[in-house]
Order: sequence, then structure tokens, then C-alpha cells
Amino acid sequence: MAVVRTFLYLLIYPGLLFLFAYSTFCEWFDRKVYARLQNRMGPTHTGRFGLLQPIADFFKLMAKEDVVPEAADKKLFSVLPVIGLAVVATAGLLLPVWNFDLLVPGWTSFPGDIIVILYLLSLPTLVLFLAGWSSTNLFSTIGASRVLTMLFGYEVPLFLAVLSPAILADSWRLAEIAAFYQARPLLLLANLPGFLVALIAVQAKLERTPFDIPHAETEIVGGTFTEYSGKKLALFRLTFDIELVVASGLLAAVFLGGFPGGAIVGFVHFVVKTLFIIFLLSLLRALTSRIRVDQVVSFAWKVLAPLAVLQLLFTILLKGFLP
Amino acid sequence: MSFVIPIGPQHPALKEPISLRMTVEGEVITGVDIRLGYNHRGVEKVAEDKNWTQNIYLAERICGICSHSHATCFVQGVERLMELAPPKRGLYIRYLVSELERVHSHLLWLGVAGHEAGFDSFFMYTWRDREIVMDLLEMITGNRVHYAINTIGGVRRDLDEGQKAKVLEGVATLRKRSEYYFRLGATEPSFVARIAGVGMLSKEQALSLCATGPVAKASGVARDVRKEDPYAVYDELDFKVCTADTCDVLGRVVVRVNELLESYNMIEQMIKGLPDGDIACKAPRKAKPGEVVSRYEAPRGENIHYIKANGTDKPERLKVRAPTLGNYPATVEMLRNGFIADIPLIFAAIDPCICCAERTVTLIGARNGEESVVRMSDLRRQALARPRNAGVKRNAVWPL
Repeated sequence: MAVVRTFLYLLIYPGLLFLFAYSTFCEWFDRKVYARLQNRMGPTHTGRFGLLQPIADFFKLMAKEDVVPEAADKKLFSVLPVIGLAVVATAGLLLPVWNFDLLVPGWTSFPGDIIVILYLLSLPTLVLFLAGWSSTNLFSTIGASRVLTMLFGYEVPLFLAVLSPAILADSWRLAEIAAFYQARPLLLLANLPGFLVALIAVQAKLERTPFDIPHAETEIVGGTFTEYSGKKLALFRLTFDIELVVASGLLAAVFLGGFPGGAIVGFVHFVVKTLFIIFLLSLLRALTSRIRVDQVVSFAWKVLAPLAVLQLLFTILLKGFLP
Repeated sequence: MSFVIPIGPQHPALKEPISLRMTVEGEVITGVDIRLGYNHRGVEKVAEDKNWTQNIYLAERICGICSHSHATCFVQGVERLMELAPPKRGLYIRYLVSELERVHSHLLWLGVAGHEAGFDSFFMYTWRDREIVMDLLEMITGNRVHYAINTIGGVRRDLDEGQKAKVLEGVATLRKRSEYYFRLGATEPSFVARIAGVGMLSKEQALSLCATGPVAKASGVARDVRKEDPYAVYDELDFKVCTADTCDVLGRVVVRVNELLESYNMIEQMIKGLPDGDIACKAPRKAKPGEVVSRYEAPRGENIHYIKANGTDKPERLKVRAPTLGNYPATVEMLRNGFIADIPLIFAAIDPCICCAERTVTLIGARNGEESVVRMSDLRRQALARPRNAGVKRNAVWPL
């Protein structure tokens, strides 16, 4: 019975099937918000309000011709999309939506899971770098080097910003951090600068405008994805959708007080809060233009990192004054 | 490590085929090589087989965006050859369409600049508003792209009171929106960070490399045919030549938005001062032998048509110099020492219309450097034979 439950957990809810459905919904939401902000309609045709459009895109892409370049490292090239998807789907299991029981830490909720989830969210970047590098295309190579350059910019501010609420809550377990802030909602205000930094860093991690530099189509064609097509590209796109859900779930758990109220109410919290964060990310996407990679690094180290350090200092001081 | 990246002939930043071979070190461009000749259409040769009236429509098809510019430039020259004096009302309507076309071209360019910088919201908004001016043009001329309103000796359609009111209404809306875009384009931090100080072209370089249009104006060279060599109605209109002294892409954005605002003024002046009378006079079928150079300020810069007549109803020679051609040498300078990320922006900032500028192709042998003339049928035979004889190349390296 335990085996069946584990399989249900991994494959149906909150595993692959649920993540697939919810992430495509989030992509629809993101596209719709982005389109409305640009005075367009966005998807309208497939399904009600165009809700099925991302799923239709996914399956259509799955059916397309899948070309592996002659000069590419074929094994690495083919296996990377699957690794990327597996990594972000695993990160999704760690969110404190489905393991809210504080007293009985399950195998997906344990002290230190915040570090694991941050680590798992860093891996897709490396996967992306390898994908660009292994396809040997000139544009992919430039894209891959841009992926790594950007990583040096946003990763440290993101870690600092996400970890400072954990320091205040005195726990490395997502469920406990969320529970701490649910008991003292006012303390959430103390983390606002960190939330801002994390939001921008997540935007950079997801490579959305203004940080869509590694696949800036007007400069380097498809960037890292230039040589990817068909199934592999579909998996990469799904990876990014799921990463969007997981990253916004992480921010919601850490900065917005988590998902209180058990399975049903907690789930409603999850949906509302992730959509709120995705809305903010879409807003950022619509309001800015793409910046250069050197500007990303200097912005990250001149603005984001100092802000994150200040947040950390403030948190440590505040912790001393709290009873 | 330095390597060469091929931008084009097919590339998402380019809507038309041209090849820019960039030698880059890391992200910095060290050398630029522009290669033309992917889109030869033989317009000038075709022009020699058509009569004067047919050639108006041929000239109009040189460009899809400044179609009226080429048609007007041609018609101006032919009218001078035929010693015609078109009636004032006809001229006012012709240059009203010119200014409306400038508005649509600059709005289109603003959108493209936004898109090249990854600022898609800007793109969507400017293109939405471009529809207003496209609708006005359709209302006046009957067409959205190739207006076909010119004829030798005037224009083909008249304006009525209702149309005049609609044009004024549309221009008032556009003026409000353009002022908003001016604020947006010149102050939105992430956009300005991308365009300020990018693609520098000093005033001296702009002069010595014969830059034209908004590229020259953004380098502080107040060069505008409408002012320097006023043709038709422009000496009766009150306008100023917009310049900027920042010498970068930001300056080119500012110049274009200011030109938009000037064009709105001119449109209003022309609508309000539209004289009564005929819209066209009768033109003879043949032109006297002679030659003429016609200059016209197109949205992209100075457009030059050289027309030679030999006394028949067909031109002996039509030579077209589109403004884009004049800006290529400056582009090479602007691209040097830029970043890869700036290539699309700098190149788009000259508002390239590549197939307007493509004139002739010379075949030069790669081995011996000899020039040769090849018949179309030979080219066709070679093209068909090639895939049959040559097998699929494995790991083919693109010859750079």
C-alpha cells in the first residue's frame, strides 16, 4: 500500500501530472496577464478562455521533428532535457503545500529542505549551460556563456534574500518557517526588501525579460535552445513552466506566510499566492526591456547584493530584539 | 578567443536578407563585414521597358514602407522633365500623404526598436497606434501600403470635408500618444540603459561617411532636403529640422519622435491651408530628351532618383539611390567596439530597408577574381544540378 501511495505521490499529486496541469495553467495566466498589459487578447481559442493553449502547444511540439546536430555530444544533448525536468519536479515535491504536518516531518519535509530546494533550483541553470555548450552551435555557445555569467550575478542575492527570513524564524525547514510567520504575520513586513530582491533574482533565474539574455532572439537567435527542437524543446519549456511554479511557491512559502489550513484551504492559499507572485513577475516582464549581460552583473552586485546583505543585517538585529 | 558570428542572411533580427559578419572577442565586436546582394530584383532594368505612367507603380513597389516616397520622387522628376506645373491642391494632397507616410514609418520603427531591445510592450503599443494612421491613409487613398495616389501632374483622388475632419481627429490622438512614447522612450531606465551611448557616430564621421536621415540628424547634422532644397509645398510650411547631439541610438529615437511631432504640425497646416482647385493637370505621353535628379526626404533619409529621357514614352535610365545605402558605411563604424547585444539595435537604428538598397550583383570568381556575366538559364541549370552532383556534407563548415 505504501508503494502505491508513493507512486501516486510521485506521479499524480503533487508529482508530475499535477505539476504539469498547474504549470500549464500558470503559463496561461502569465501569457494572459502579459497580453492584457500589452493591449492584446492572449490565448482565447483553445479551450475556455484559451486555457488549454499551453497544453496544446506542448503536445504539438512533442509531435514535431526532433533533430540532433551532427557535431553535438549526442548522449548529453538528449539526456539534458529529461534531467532538467526531473530536477525541477523533485524540487516541487519539497514545497510545504502537501507536507504541512509540522510534528511528523515526512521524507519531503525535513530540516534543511530550504537549502535543498534552492540547490535543486540552481541545477536547471547548469543543465541549460551544458545544453547550450553541447550543441556546439555558435549562438548556443554564446547563450551558454551568458547563462553562466548571469548565474554569478543573481544567485548570491537570491540565496541571501531567501535565507534571511529563515534566520528570523530560526529554522531551516520550509513548513516551520511558514508556521512561524503564520503565528506572527506582522514580521512579514520586515522581509519586504528581501522579497523584492528575491523576486528580481527569480525573474533572472527564469530568464524572463529583462533577463531573457541567454535566449535573446533578436541577438543570438534561440540562444541555448537554438539546436533544440521537438520533444526536447517541449521538455525544456515544461521545465521552465514548472520552475516558475516552484520558484513562486518557494517565495510564497518564505515571504508570504506559507499555506496554512490543511489540505484544502492550504491549497487555495497556494494557488492564490503563487498566482500573485506570477502576476508580479508578469508585470516586471511587461514593463521592462532586455538589458545587457554586463548590466545584469553590475546591477546584481551594486544593487541586489547590498540590499540582500542589508536585509540580512536587519534580520539579525531584529532577532536580537524579539522575545 | 576571437570568432566570427554570421548575422544573416537569415536571422530573427533581420526581416530582409543581408549578411553581417561580426568578428567578436567574447561579447565585444572587433570587426564588421557587410555583404550585400541577396535580393536583386532588377527594378531599374524593368523600368526601361515600361512607360512613364506604368513606372509610377513600379517605383512605388521599390519599398513596402516608404512606397509613396519612391513614387513621389519619381513623379517629381518626371514632372520636371515634362515641364509640368501640377495644381496646388494636388501637391498639398500628395505631400499630406507623404507626411502621413512618415508618421506610419516612424511609428513602425519605434516599435521595431522596442522589439529589438526586448521591450515588447512598447512594440505592441506603437503598432496599435500605427493602425490609426494606416486607417487614415486607407481612407484618403484607398490602400494601406501601396497608396497609388500619385499620377504625373497631380494626384488621383480628392479630399472632402469629412475626410479632413477625420485626419485632424486622428492626428490629435496620435500627438497625445507620441508625447507619451517620447516620455517612455527617453526615461524608462531599462530601455535607456540599452540605447544610451550605444552605436556612437560623431558629427565628423557622420559627415565624412555621408550618413543621411535620422542617423545624421542624431549626430547633430541638420540635413533635410525639405529645408535645404525645398520642393513643392515645403517652403510654404512652418517646420523645423529635428536634431540631437547625443550621437547614439537614444538620439535616433529622440529625432524620430520629434519628427513625428513636426509631421503632425505639417499635416494640420496642410489640411487647414488646403487650396481650392483641380487636383491634377493633363500630362503628355512623352517626355523631351533630358535628364533630371530628383531629391526627396523619405522617412529614412534622402532618396535620390536619376531619370534620363530620350524623347519616347519610356525612360532610358532610372537610377534609384535609397537612403539605406547611404547609411551602410556609417553602420560599420557604429558597430565597431559595440557588444553583440547591441548589433540588432544599432543596425535597426538606421531603419534598414535592405531590398530597396539592393541594385546590382556582380559575379566574381572566388579563385581568380574575374568578373563574369551569367545567363539566368545557366544559373537555373547550375542550381538544379548542384544537389544531384554533390552529396550531403557531414559536419560541413559554413565558409566565412
